[in-house]
Amino acid sequence: MNAAVAETDHHDHGPAPGLMRWVTTTNHKDIGTLYLWFSLIMFFIGGAMALVIRSELFQPGLQIVDPQFFNSMTTMHALVMIFGVVMPAFVGLANWMLPMMVGAPDMALPRMNNWSFWILPFGFGMMLSTLFMPGGAPASGWTLYPPLSLQGGMAFPFLIFSIHLLGISSIMGAINIVATIQNLRAPGMTFMKMPLFVWTWFITAYLLVAVMPVLAGAVTMLLTDKFFGTAFFTAGGGGDPVMYQHIFWFFGHPEVYILILPSFGVVSEIIPTFARKHLFGYSSMVYATASIAFLSFIVWAHHMFTVGMPLSGELFFMFATMLIAVPTGVKVFNWVATMWRGAMTFETPMLFAIGFVVMFSIGGFSGVMLALAPVDFQYHDTYFVVAHFHYVLVPGSIFAIMAAVYYWLPKWTGNMYDEKWGKIHFWVSTIFVNLLFFPMHFVGLAGMPRRIPDYAVQFADFNAIASIGAFGFGFAQLIFVYVVFKCLRGGEKATDQVWEGAHGLEWTLSSPPPYHTFTDQPIIK
Amino acid sequence: MIGGMNLQSGKITLPVLFLVPVLMFGFGYLMVPIYNVLCDITGLNGKTGAISISEASQLTVDEERLVKVEFTGSLNMYAPWQFAPEVPSMMVHPGKQYSTTYVATNKLAKPLVGQAVPSVSPGRAASYFNKTECFCFVQQSFEAKETRDMPLVFIVDPELPKDVDTVTLSYTFFDVTDKQIN
Repeated sequence: MNAAVAETDHHDHGPAPGLMRWVTTTNHKDIGTLYLWFSLIMFFIGGAMALVIRSELFQPGLQIVDPQFFNSMTTMHALVMIFGVVMPAFVGLANWMLPMMVGAPDMALPRMNNWSFWILPFGFGMMLSTLFMPGGAPASGWTLYPPLSLQGGMAFPFLIFSIHLLGISSIMGAINIVATIQNLRAPGMTFMKMPLFVWTWFITAYLLVAVMPVLAGAVTMLLTDKFFGTAFFTAGGGGDPVMYQHIFWFFGHPEVYILILPSFGVVSEIIPTFARKHLFGYSSMVYATASIAFLSFIVWAHHMFTVGMPLSGELFFMFATMLIAVPTGVKVFNWVATMWRGAMTFETPMLFAIGFVVMFSIGGFSGVMLALAPVDFQYHDTYFVVAHFHYVLVPGSIFAIMAAVYYWLPKWTGNMYDEKWGKIHFWVSTIFVNLLFFPMHFVGLAGMPRRIPDYAVQFADFNAIASIGAFGFGFAQLIFVYVVFKCLRGGEKATDQVWEGAHGLEWTLSSPPPYHTFTDQPIIK
Repeated sequence: MIGGMNLQSGKITLPVLFLVPVLMFGFGYLMVPIYNVLCDITGLNGKTGAISISEASQLTVDEERLVKVEFTGSLNMYAPWQFAPEVPSMMVHPGKQYSTTYVATNKLAKPLVGQAVPSVSPGRAASYFNKTECFCFVQQSFEAKETRDMPLVFIVDPELPKDVDTVTLSYTFFDVTDKQIN
């Protein structure tokens, strides 16, 4: 294999020297790396904002920040974590892995790939610059509901245009992914032979192409309402603020599946490897993913049960939402069935994957509770909702990203990471993430509203616990940075297959893979 | 087998993939008229019905039944008016036409244009609450410091669900001096 690598290097150009390599690159591995680093940096920026929120909420009363800045923090934390961390991390993983998994030499549209990454830093530069503007950063919540969002300072147009840029970036990324999967699969790689990470990204990419433009439309309407005299959402001019919520959540609900479906793919790769069994129910996994994607388009109004919908509307959205539990249940069942009587070992990626299955399910259960329209009136806009979506996003999406990085890091770098510190990272993260988010269920059910910098004294103990969990979880991520850097600088050499039970095209390549892979198409039998 | 697509299909894939976001951007805007039509049909958000005087005169009056109609008036933020209904509530027979007024005073020493936006609660009563004449149909211009009675003529449809005995009509008054829409 080493001889083969040397030969490939001899024939092909390696990376260009110097820093310009990263600016001008069209190589899927380079761009994947850029996305992942970008995501890691934004993870710490968004995390710092979360720690500002949790510091203020450590005690009742107003101590550290003023309420306006607190609201800016909740808004910016969400925007950064959603558009700057989870989405770029998954696009980065897709860039690195999809061509290697389907046997393609690169992404289908390499130049557009470069562009879709390099838009991101500018989009976020613009968004984060609002923190220093008169009037402060946007403070209306990431959902930007009018009329509140229209009352901000000069930050507002910057926010809208940065959302446009991020939308363009992810639409281009998604088009690239669909084109790669549809057209560049190696001979014999039929749709039903694709690895599940490829399948989930294929479906996610379609969701992105379909709904990001709807968000762009919604925020454009906000922009014209504020500056050009239109009245889409201004009641005085014949518009309706509630309509914004409908348009926003028509984007927003598929968006939350954009944040979770690739995680399903990652976990479906990792669990079979470490259980040393084939994935249980491959085709049902594919159909379940497709069903979840379809259902995501017809459930949006469950985010707004309390706006005053007709009873028939509440019932429709309630039952459609509860229906999502069926394909999701199929997936959880299949993961458990894959582990059943498997020869399991618990390396760090597997720990994160199992942690994902358990804690994502907790978030799923609170999701079913929130789906019930009659009881949602109690939960709406309380910390119960915050607990729910953080359970599916942090020990859900973020844990899946961590699992994916640990799983593929030896493949990317050629070195094994430090298993001991990887496991410590997992256990510390898991303990603190539960300390952080589990008490939020209790204060939420007891009526503590979200997005408020102060609270009634009876919530003090649980909030103090959550804040301790937040700092523990936040600083535990420095272990992750340590493990990644240590792995980059050296370590035990990884074999091509890396993991004993790993199957798939990416494991037939050397570790690290040559700069250009599969210039000769592999044939899948 | 579903698979087995080859490189040539890329010629179709790309234009289609670029077309989808363009169409979906348009769909976002298309949701505006769709939403308005749905609201008109279902009475969603308490959008009230409007009927002509001739239609109203053909409704049969239900002398047996009395429905309480409550009126409220509120100002959108910074709207510089005093704005309130003349009477807080009326007992009405469904099918019979009634009239009342709202009183508004411009508190500023300069002309203003206002727009009242109605909402009826409960929402399912909204489509049975019809107005033949309403100050909310057009924008209202006020001279400096002017006080004016603004008329409202309404009729409750006799088909109003039997269990509804109180209907609340609420108006919010908006300052639209800066952005007059014709």
